[in-house]
Amino acid sequence: MDSSFYLIQLLNGIQYGFLLFLVASGLTLIFGIMGIINLAHGSFYMIGSYLAFWFTSLTDNFLYGILLAIPVTLVVGYAVERLAISYLYQRDHLYQVLLTYALILIFNELQRMLWGSDVHSVAVPQAFSGSVQLTENQAYPVYRLLISASCIVIALAMYWVIQKTRLGMTIRAGASNREMVQSLGINVNRLFAVVFSLGVTLAALAGMLAAPVNTVYPGIGDGVLIISFVVVVIGGIGSIKGAFIGAMLIGLADTFGKVLLPEMASMVVYALMALVLFWRPQGLFGKG
Amino acid sequence: MYTLTRPILIFLCLGVAALVLFPLVGSEFYVGLLIRIMILSIFAISLDLLIGYTGLISFGHAAFFGIGGYTLAIFFQDADSINFWIALVLVLSCSALVALLVGWISIRASGVYFIMLTLAFAQMFYYFFFESPDFGGDDGIFLFSKPEILIGSTSLIDLEDEHNFYYFVLAWMVAVYLILSMILKAPFGHVIVAIKANESRVRALGYPVQRYKLVSFVIAGTLAGIAGFLEAAHTGYVTPAYLGWHESGIVMVIVILGGMGTLFGPILGAFVIVLLQDFLPNFTEHWQLLMGGIIIAVVLFLPKGIAGLLYRLSNRLFTSKEYADVSQNSGDTPATVDVREQSL
Amino acid sequence: MSEVILRTEGLCKHFGGLQATHEVSLSFERGVTHGILGPNGAGKTTLINLLSGELAPSSGKIFFKDYDITQATSDKVSRIGIGRSFQKTNIFADFTCFQNCWVGAQSRLSSSMRFIRPARHLREVHRRTDRALQLCGLAERRNIQASSMSYGEQRQLEIGMMLATEPELLLLDEPLAGMGSEESLKITELLKELAKEHTLILIEHDMDAVFAVADRLTVMVNGAELETGDVAQIRNSTAVQEAYLGSSEDAA
Repeated sequence: MDSSFYLIQLLNGIQYGFLLFLVASGLTLIFGIMGIINLAHGSFYMIGSYLAFWFTSLTDNFLYGILLAIPVTLVVGYAVERLAISYLYQRDHLYQVLLTYALILIFNELQRMLWGSDVHSVAVPQAFSGSVQLTENQAYPVYRLLISASCIVIALAMYWVIQKTRLGMTIRAGASNREMVQSLGINVNRLFAVVFSLGVTLAALAGMLAAPVNTVYPGIGDGVLIISFVVVVIGGIGSIKGAFIGAMLIGLADTFGKVLLPEMASMVVYALMALVLFWRPQGLFGKG
Repeated sequence: MYTLTRPILIFLCLGVAALVLFPLVGSEFYVGLLIRIMILSIFAISLDLLIGYTGLISFGHAAFFGIGGYTLAIFFQDADSINFWIALVLVLSCSALVALLVGWISIRASGVYFIMLTLAFAQMFYYFFFESPDFGGDDGIFLFSKPEILIGSTSLIDLEDEHNFYYFVLAWMVAVYLILSMILKAPFGHVIVAIKANESRVRALGYPVQRYKLVSFVIAGTLAGIAGFLEAAHTGYVTPAYLGWHESGIVMVIVILGGMGTLFGPILGAFVIVLLQDFLPNFTEHWQLLMGGIIIAVVLFLPKGIAGLLYRLSNRLFTSKEYADVSQNSGDTPATVDVREQSL
Repeated sequence: MSEVILRTEGLCKHFGGLQATHEVSLSFERGVTHGILGPNGAGKTTLINLLSGELAPSSGKIFFKDYDITQATSDKVSRIGIGRSFQKTNIFADFTCFQNCWVGAQSRLSSSMRFIRPARHLREVHRRTDRALQLCGLAERRNIQASSMSYGEQRQLEIGMMLATEPELLLLDEPLAGMGSEESLKITELLKELAKEHTLILIEHDMDAVFAVADRLTVMVNGAELETGDVAQIRNSTAVQEAYLGSSEDAA
């Protein structure tokens, strides 16, 4: 195990961290602004993966696949917010947990109805199917680098939207003080619908990007959901910066956990979370 | 705070009588199904102590259900016979200990953090059993005999017999119900119900709130452990799925559907959910869709659950003059129906 | 001079850069009703929250009799005999009056970690609850759900819950807040009644009420003590008039 082996693990960890960040930032935005615990967030990751698979096989082009899949998830997200989530704003967390749990059951069943229970794979797009040679016998797939690069672009775009646009200003104001936004005469209903739709599309995007690397299979969203909750809780609920730090921590802990402690790899991230919360019960960047 | 009204009490007694008589007429299949329902009822009642009475929304309650089952399986996987008393002591102490640990850390957090922490701990245990080859990995562990309840050297009841097991579980369910209603009527119960209503005020009145929450968490975890123990003894195996978050989710659904904050609500919920799970697949292959729809309908239209519906019904049917002025004040909540007795 | 029951030494509290309490050193004597006056934002409620353990001070010390209670949390403060009422009504809305006071009364058991005998058999708790209801004037309303009572009655219940814990020292945070004149009168009478047997520390915005009830007064401005003295002294103090009236004119 030389240094290039660790370099590869490091790159894998970072790439996983970036994907987690996409999912978790949506989750944390939805919670921070709307006060909704969205258990169905993982389902949108799954929807993204399946749509990417579906549209790619229809168009024979991964890029077209993604371009088609994004508007579909935006619409689905908007519809789910209007039809279900919007009834939950004044309700206890308990009911949010329940209703979004029911959404998971529904989405899982719809997935089985539409695409069956088989495992699918999505081909890595031709242009990025090569590898970068690190040493004589160690190479790193270009597509994985592309994932990280896309995530950076998306994260920067998100930063720009949140910091520089009017929508972003409203979102920031909403995250710090929901009542204030409501009293400013901003159409909160529309804001919430947009935030939800954008938030779940971030999760779906992660699912799309990950589709060629991981296979596409039923229940793919469940694991992602729980892990991104861990990320959000570590980072502090409602904090995008926290989601980023948390995602990187978990991405790296999980990747290196699998290498160094294969016996208990999956437990490492949960132990890490327990540790962080024991030290700071409100998460790294949470507000008390 | 719900209090049992006479119509509800009669309804419950009739229900227990029906359960006692059922094996005389019911088929083997339904006896087995009822055993599962009653075990889930115990599990759900224990969760109700947390979400319905203490105000702790635990999304990882299946961890203790699983710990209970695994404790039995791990200690007795190679044994020819299982001594019930030893098994019970082991299960009680292991699930209480784990609940103490998990609770101690989780209770420091509140709100969403508490929900997420309990979920994450349950996942941690899930992966622990899923990945450890010593404990069967994802295949789980099989058990080859049922517990024997020995007094001296004579067996008290033969649990290999399904009917006997049925009555054994029924007795447990009634016992757990009675134990919890006793606890809730005792000083401890008044404190946790007040904590749910207004935590900071309870603290300002002089109660060390965290300690009460922790004790409630440990009691609930231990009772869930008993449910898991019974389930493992009944089915003869445990798998990591016992601790999965879907299990935590479904038991939460059971509590809400049945009616949280009433001890009998979760029992009704368990009946409805298990019977639906049994019935819906005959109806359509895509029954999970219907299940999801039903849960959404409950959240939107029946937030107080079936128990709330029963209270409303029995109030309407049996409301007499002496109730009338009170029900005006209590509005939608049947909670204070018999406050005329100055009940607590 | 009578015994000092509660004493603060250089008490400070800041939230980030905001200095809410600044070097407050006060002594409260047993049996004396001590009013704390001050314009909005003078740090009165913060002071009460520090005394009751709701907040931990940034620096300084608090002594109850001879005990250092600086770091004590609100449950401990309550248990050693300091009761408090809240400015914003803080009751169990779904409980009846009786049940609200019961929670207070039961807190005086050595421990409520009792699981077997029904609570209603506890005679002593019953007696305390009844007494508290009697004192706060809600004995007739014992079985009414708290949320369905009038605002004034809820304020009475707020005090009743505190009385059920049988405190020696009462911290009252604006007991008259938001009340009509008739209701105010009722509470003022209640406070006078309580003052006979308890030590009261009373925060109040309504000057007339404080002058009617209090024996001693402290005026606070900007988190610090401006002047302490008996009613006549404060009434005639030019410093107080300038600071207090001046700043309220500024605010208006």
